[in-house]
Amino acid sequence: MTTKSIVQEFTKGLWDENPVFRQLLGLCPTLAVTGWVINGLAMGLATTFVLIFSSLVISSIKKLIPSQVRIATFIVVIATFVTIADLFLKAYFYQISKALGPYVPLIVVNCIILGRQEAFSSKNSVGRSFIDALGMSSGFILALLVLSSIREILGAGTFLGYKVMGPWFKPWIIMILPPGAFLALGILLGIALHIESKTKSRK
Amino acid sequence: MELVAIFISAILVNNFVLYYFLGICPFLGVSKKIDSALSMGLAVTFVMTITSVVSWAINNWILIPYELDYLKIVSFILVIASLVQLVEMFIRKMSPPLYQALGIYLPLITTNCAIMGLALLAALREYGFAEAVVFGVGSGLGFTLAIVLMAGIREQLDLADVPEPLKGAGIALIVAGIMALGFMAFIGMIR
Repeated sequence: MTTKSIVQEFTKGLWDENPVFRQLLGLCPTLAVTGWVINGLAMGLATTFVLIFSSLVISSIKKLIPSQVRIATFIVVIATFVTIADLFLKAYFYQISKALGPYVPLIVVNCIILGRQEAFSSKNSVGRSFIDALGMSSGFILALLVLSSIREILGAGTFLGYKVMGPWFKPWIIMILPPGAFLALGILLGIALHIESKTKSRK
Repeated sequence: MELVAIFISAILVNNFVLYYFLGICPFLGVSKKIDSALSMGLAVTFVMTITSVVSWAINNWILIPYELDYLKIVSFILVIASLVQLVEMFIRKMSPPLYQALGIYLPLITTNCAIMGLALLAALREYGFAEAVVFGVGSGLGFTLAIVLMAGIREQLDLADVPEPLKGAGIALIVAGIMALGFMAFIGMIR
């Protein structure tokens, strides 16, 4: 673990330990907000904010936290930053905040964030935890963007609200409805595993 | 009539797993056997009922009167975490058979976003006391229904020839997608 270079620490979050495709963490927000690219992006950025600042705080006070109450401490720190993110979105991006509904406060129970604090920030230096958080959240944003692009393009024929499909295209409404989320993510997981087994067998 | 509508909508129409995507982790993780899925579902229903009562009380008696709305997230998550601990200790003391049946599933519920989602949704919709309780029970039963159905399908899937990369989570999500399609048919029941 400690032998990893800074670059590796960052890139592992993108593919090898991608939170969504490889670790199956944080599936609830991934499925819930990816009907439109803009919502997926907002959720990704909000989670990034919470993850990075929680990692910074936890890794800098890790020696002060008694190990019996560490989970509770992590949760309070995370909940604080989630509250900040929630109030910020409400104040400056009211439409998005309304579209995301209860899923912004629910970042607090996103297993990616608690998982990273427990597995990484509470054991590593501030700098390393920052890079790790950055990598993990980039991987999360990547997953949200891939899934929401597929769903919005197929489900509405648009990307970020702009029309990308010709007039011949009949939108598959089902893709922006809940079932489409499950189907699209299931197939994407299959593709990710397939690529992984192909690259493994080549090595 | 209003209460009946909330109850049915929480179980069938706005099912927590298949419509709100809450509680996906146990839904995928504990749905391999019908028995364990049923235990998990009952444990969730139990905690959800208590959570809806307690979170309603906190929201309406403490947070709103003292204008502490911004503490909602912190207080809900702390209360839920300690509540699950308390419920676990209580059941272990009072009813060992029930504790045996629920077993390891109780502590797992703390990290279940469905519980937090329930408290937040009930607060967001400004439910009264009776509505909040009915919403809690209905959501728990809806979760139980979804996870038991899923376990039944997955027990049969063991015999099927699933493509290698889709094994495990992939096929489970696709099955959930088809289930969600089926549950969409209930939308007409409300309104």
